[in-house]
Amino acid sequence: MVKLPIYMDNHATTPLDPRVLEAMMPFLTDRFGNAASRNHKFGWEAEEAVESSRKEIAALIGADPREIVFTSGATESDNLAVKGVAWMYREKGDHIITCVTEHKAILDTCKHLEKEGFRVTFLRVDSKGFVNLDDLRNAITDKTILISIMTANNEVGVVQDIKGIGKIARERGVLFHTDAVQAAGKIPFNVNEMNVDIASLSAHKLYGPKGVGALYVRRRNPRVLLTPIIDGGGHERGMRSGTLNVTGIVGFGKAAQIAREHLATESAEMMRLREKLRTTLERELDEVYINGDLQKRLPGNLNMSFAYVEGESLLMGINDIAVSSGSACTSASLEPSYVLKALGVGEDLAHTSIRFGIGRFNSEEEVDYVAARVIEVVRRLRELSPLYEMAKEGIDLKSVHWATEA
Amino acid sequence: MAYSDKVIDHYNNPRNVCALPKEDPNVGTGLVGAPECGDVMKLQIKVSESGVIEDAKFKTFGCGSAIASSSLATEWVKGKTLSEALAIKNTDIVKELSLPPVKIHCSVLAEDAIKAAITDWKKKHIGKD
Repeated sequence: MVKLPIYMDNHATTPLDPRVLEAMMPFLTDRFGNAASRNHKFGWEAEEAVESSRKEIAALIGADPREIVFTSGATESDNLAVKGVAWMYREKGDHIITCVTEHKAILDTCKHLEKEGFRVTFLRVDSKGFVNLDDLRNAITDKTILISIMTANNEVGVVQDIKGIGKIARERGVLFHTDAVQAAGKIPFNVNEMNVDIASLSAHKLYGPKGVGALYVRRRNPRVLLTPIIDGGGHERGMRSGTLNVTGIVGFGKAAQIAREHLATESAEMMRLREKLRTTLERELDEVYINGDLQKRLPGNLNMSFAYVEGESLLMGINDIAVSSGSACTSASLEPSYVLKALGVGEDLAHTSIRFGIGRFNSEEEVDYVAARVIEVVRRLRELSPLYEMAKEGIDLKSVHWATEA
Repeated sequence: MAYSDKVIDHYNNPRNVCALPKEDPNVGTGLVGAPECGDVMKLQIKVSESGVIEDAKFKTFGCGSAIASSSLATEWVKGKTLSEALAIKNTDIVKELSLPPVKIHCSVLAEDAIKAAITDWKKKHIGKD
């Protein structure tokens, strides 16, 4: 029998790997030194641990350790990347290109910069979730200083053509930042093969601790300069002041090492489990729809709409399983997911979407349990759904005049 | 988000789920909300010769609070006259189910569903008595 509740929301966060915790423990106790203390053993120990982690994180993405800047997490990394480039290269240009399905850490940072007078192009995506490379080419002007496009989307798991985007950016001499938070450690990601100049990473999405992230900042061809967003003691080559979170960084390094060593086998296993979940749900239920492209997608991601069943009520029925919904009712905003909307998923179907995020610690038994529970609850709620009844009677729901003022 | 015990009870054991024959002259059907808004309620009443609601059924597409609000509404209207049923206020539903502010619209929709069902029944009986 599986242990309940089941955690299957690994895009939100991942559990800490026990091996990571073990690596961190000494730095929570005896090895408490400040990595910036240059004149005693406590400091040296801490610095050595930080540098060894830096190597591991660099190795995960094919970078040089000197190109890794530690931050408090992905939101800070995204802010530092976009604001750092905008403020540093303002003389050169005032135009930034990003995309509508980016994380809020990018979108809201760009909106902030718009208020400072920068111009931002928010590229649309197609129904599969992809940015069109011709649109990107056409958006670039001689004032464009940055392209920021995420590698893998946090809701639908769609993986952009980063290599293609990197090539365009390089040809046009524009810096390219990618939020690789969901991708790093899950799919192959190499900053040199992909011509990435700046990349955001987060520890807690790859079985490391919360509160620590990193920004990859290219040193050569081209050398990227960033204006810091936090001023102080000049840590991290002046790009990010503040005493380093040594414990977190040690955990991040260990997590990166494990992810790199097991990437191929782990990603194949995630894919196998995801496909089992998907095919079971599709076999047993009618009118279910995959949101986003199925092929170019994170192996552990399944984002599915269960027509005629509102997402929050479905979550309520499977309350021993932790997943997310794109339904408005699960958010404070009362708006369904802007990512699904950008893909052209109708609001009616957006309300019925569930995001499953399979991770390292999910077993096949758990996947079987989740599939069975979802099938049972969807069937029950459809019996309760006037929309399902109408659809079965052959009524075209789009032709119904709904009293939307309610 | 935590649900009250009453919401959970209605969600797990919805009362009066089903459909009444729409064409029956004694049946009034109310369909409110919209799929785009994430809530659709269908509430039906069957009215006796003496003008009392003798049966009520519902089906709801919506969150747990929407399901509970409409389930409760069917319980409450049963045995009531039309004017008594019209007097049910969404605030009564909010109170009974301890709905949080963000879910008040569910109770509004349930009140609208009752009114829509009664309006539909009245339409069928205009000029008949």
